[in-house]
Amino acid sequence: MSEDARVGVFVCHCGTNIGGCVDVPKVVEYAKTLPHVVFATSNLYTCAEDGLSSIRDSIKENNLNRVVVAACTPRTHAPLFQSTCEEAGLNKYLFTFVNIREQCSWVHMKEKDSATEKAKELIKMGVARVELLEPQEEVQIEVIPSAVVIGGGVAGMAAAISLADQGFPVRLVEREKELGGFVRNLGYIWQERREAVGALSSMIRRVKNHRNINLYLDSEVVAAEGFIGNYEIVIDTHGEQKKDKVGVIVVATGALEYIPEGLYGYEQYDNVITLTEFEILAKNKKLPKLSSLAFIQCVGSRGQDKSYCSRICCNVTLKNAMNLADNWKNMLGLEEAGKVVESIPVEKAIPAEIAERRRGRMGRRDREAGEKDEAEVAPTRLDIAVFNRDIMSYGIEHELTYNKTKEKKVRFIRYTPQNRPKVSHEGDKLVIDYWHDTMQMQMKMMVDMIVLATPLVAQPDAKEISRMLKVPLGQEGFFLEAHVKLRPVDFATDGIYVCGTCKGPADIPEAVAQGMAAASRAAIPLARGYVQPESLVAFVDSDVCSGCGTCIEICPYNAIRKNAEGVAEITVAACKGCGNCGASCPKNAIIMNHYTDNQILAEARAALQAVNG
Amino acid sequence: MEKSTLATRTGRRIESENSVLVIGGGIAGIQAALDLADKGVIVHLVEKEPSLGGRMAQLDKTFPTNDCSICILAPKMADCYGHPNINVLTYSQVIGLEGSKGSFNVRVLKKARYVDENKCTGCGECLDKCPTRNINNKWEQGLATRRAIYIPFMQAVPRAAIIDPENCRFLLEGKCGVCKKVCKREAVDYEMKDAVLEFEVGAVVVATGFDVWDPTSSVEYGYGKNANVFTAMEYERLINAAGPTHGHIKRRSDEAEPKKVAFIQCVGSRNVQTGHPYCCSVCCMHSTKEAMLASEHVEGIKCTIFYKDMRACAKGFDEYVERAKKDYGVEYINSDATVHGQTDGGNPLVSFDIVGKSQTREFDMVVLATTLIPSSKNVELAKTLGVELDPFGFFKVRDHVFDPVDSTREGVYLAGYCSGPVDIPESVAMGSAAAAKAMEDLMERKVFA
Repeated sequence: MSEDARVGVFVCHCGTNIGGCVDVPKVVEYAKTLPHVVFATSNLYTCAEDGLSSIRDSIKENNLNRVVVAACTPRTHAPLFQSTCEEAGLNKYLFTFVNIREQCSWVHMKEKDSATEKAKELIKMGVARVELLEPQEEVQIEVIPSAVVIGGGVAGMAAAISLADQGFPVRLVEREKELGGFVRNLGYIWQERREAVGALSSMIRRVKNHRNINLYLDSEVVAAEGFIGNYEIVIDTHGEQKKDKVGVIVVATGALEYIPEGLYGYEQYDNVITLTEFEILAKNKKLPKLSSLAFIQCVGSRGQDKSYCSRICCNVTLKNAMNLADNWKNMLGLEEAGKVVESIPVEKAIPAEIAERRRGRMGRRDREAGEKDEAEVAPTRLDIAVFNRDIMSYGIEHELTYNKTKEKKVRFIRYTPQNRPKVSHEGDKLVIDYWHDTMQMQMKMMVDMIVLATPLVAQPDAKEISRMLKVPLGQEGFFLEAHVKLRPVDFATDGIYVCGTCKGPADIPEAVAQGMAAASRAAIPLARGYVQPESLVAFVDSDVCSGCGTCIEICPYNAIRKNAEGVAEITVAACKGCGNCGASCPKNAIIMNHYTDNQILAEARAALQAVNG
Repeated sequence: MEKSTLATRTGRRIESENSVLVIGGGIAGIQAALDLADKGVIVHLVEKEPSLGGRMAQLDKTFPTNDCSICILAPKMADCYGHPNINVLTYSQVIGLEGSKGSFNVRVLKKARYVDENKCTGCGECLDKCPTRNINNKWEQGLATRRAIYIPFMQAVPRAAIIDPENCRFLLEGKCGVCKKVCKREAVDYEMKDAVLEFEVGAVVVATGFDVWDPTSSVEYGYGKNANVFTAMEYERLINAAGPTHGHIKRRSDEAEPKKVAFIQCVGSRNVQTGHPYCCSVCCMHSTKEAMLASEHVEGIKCTIFYKDMRACAKGFDEYVERAKKDYGVEYINSDATVHGQTDGGNPLVSFDIVGKSQTREFDMVVLATTLIPSSKNVELAKTLGVELDPFGFFKVRDHVFDPVDSTREGVYLAGYCSGPVDIPESVAMGSAAAAKAMEDLMERKVFA
């Protein structure tokens, strides 16, 4: 310690979150008795402007050179208090956060006295630690002002266009031969009967013609090393590899449809198809002739296999039900050049492209397109039913479509997961056995086609991207954003962003908005031109290091390499300060800045003293 | 009214071609402002209320993680107010927008607060001394009162007092002056006048949020007649530690703790008669959260949610509802529900249908998931901004599908609930998206200038 520590302790009530359980005034009085503590107080909300100004004012008035805040979690609040210290002229590393909410009041809600004692002990540990802290300097690292966007669906294209329009060069890498992603499967988008392919084309044109966008089709990003502002990536185009440098990475790799193997007669009966297969048929004007069809919602989702609701399927069903109800003769090819064809037989076979698509799935058995019987029934109307659990028509447009669809006499039949409809086959028809809740009886419905609304599922190789970029996947294999509420398109890792269905089901406008949002976030370091990494990094004492290489193996961020002298060296900007190397070094040659052995031991000693009285 | 030229609080010089106007200081506007300011753009953030925070500041916790709402929002409010590139204008409204994309002239009315927000430390001494009490505290949904000089709420940013001129004795009658006497910082200024500020910006982001539908006019829910029928927004304040009851759920009639609470969904929404046929997108989830939280406040409380469709349709939402059922014993009944009278003890009677049979059940308290509707200020603001509204009164989006944040006027972008129902993460994403569009406009001007 180069100077006498003058410690200030700020204990937060957090409304009643802490104050309702921990006796805060008592804790403040106790803190005043601790060595080097020259000031202690409490705030109702230390994070509120009055709390922050009390920190700033007391630093100046009491000439504090160390600050301890005992409050909630450093995860959300440390940066705020650190910058408050800085505003008062105190190096932000001379600050320690003591968590007396999550780690005390919340878990000991019913044991008020013990919680108060524990809060005292935690603060004692914090004070013991803060005395030994050293100021740290922060470095600025230049940013390469360009971006790579992985995935050329609507989210990725929106991100690329926006970044390019904000003035930054973008590499857009798409592994298919065409841009457009999942939306290319769709017949119509929204309820206005705009053809998806047509609507996409203007977006695709903008991508292709933009002078700031370099498009890599039929390509993949196969390697990425580095850190925010300085990534070295490798783009593989058909085996030809190209190295490149970018400042930021946007992940927009999309999702796939769930294949409902073994559910509701899928792959058992020809005219049982998925919603995406229905879209493809509608797009290619290859829907078979029908007089009745039923949609079944939540197939494989909401607990049947996947746990989640896929958000979009109800609205895709509504859109199709609505289009069919309004326009079925045209969609089914029964209306040609204004002339209504009165008697066209119902087709029972699924068209060749769907059969082809199913055959194309890896590891699947081949199947024939089915027999092409000519049936006798001429459709004079189309009966549409939607078996559902809840119709998820949130917002304005979806709900209005739902209402209109009901007016069109589309039947909505509710089922529960305990009582799912069953599909069988009888003569020419598919049969749905279902429980009618209002009638309280088992009923049967005969239909020509059943469309299964299956969820979007994560790309199976999302795992590889997750490993390559060291970004997390959440439940069910979708990418996990930094915070579900307030950081929806950031990863916890700086410099990498996420948008579109690779982080969870979203419809087109949502995916586009997320793409632009990711572009906004990603453009921040590019526009600033530099980043300032934390200085809580590892430091190698080269006199002690034997060059064994253990730390190089163990570092999860590839931040350590052997230098010319044969000893370990840390890439400061890539180091996240995780401490793995420090713990594993057999020679104790690695020191963790801000978490030195001395500092940790002082805390431990304080804890033990407290326990022993 | 005085005219004044503009200088930011931090005294930074303002380059009009590199600045953006953000209207609305809720989470969407805050996000847009921070994204732009972090890129070096000067942002003028205009908020009509005396504090930043918007609706999110009023909520207790957020679904599906049950994170404390103000705890995650407060740091962003503070970041925004303290950002060297953001000029926060609270208690202000935009009254004029001329020009076009890349070069707009903005006029803002900054209403007199009668307290200098740069001098006021928010110590609260004046609040205790003000003799004019018992004024309806709208921020607390009328569940608490305030004085004529007040701080909007505990975590308000800026944390500065404001005088309500409709109730202040000095401003009305020239008598009193207590707050000025007790203020050691000499921050109270009865002579303060409304001021009109004029400045130029390259783009505009509108993020003005929503209003909550008032169920008083509707006979079927008993709101206003039965004391123990609450709106969801009132309930949010009831369960909040900083709220009027310090987090204790109390009935209005007798302050007793309820043991059986009914939550009724789609109140005023999905209803053609009210003029709000749409779904407000968030009520299923906030009611689920509110029912879960009830059991953290009152041991053994029994909650029942009456719903039309349980729209738990985003990441982790359906799982959250399952958790409410399994871990918190929340009962979900798929039925419309109405409040038909009450018992002698003031218990609301809720009528609903199960399998076509009508039933009535007694509850201690009813919470109405009242729908969220376009702000009543939208008509005037749309006129000022020269943009169109949709048939319901939300700001009209130019192309729902591919330009989800574009308004009908070039250079004016939309974020959050002002253009239709969205939840918090969508509002944040739209805030960022609108910021991206604004940035594109500034860059376009730079390139071609």
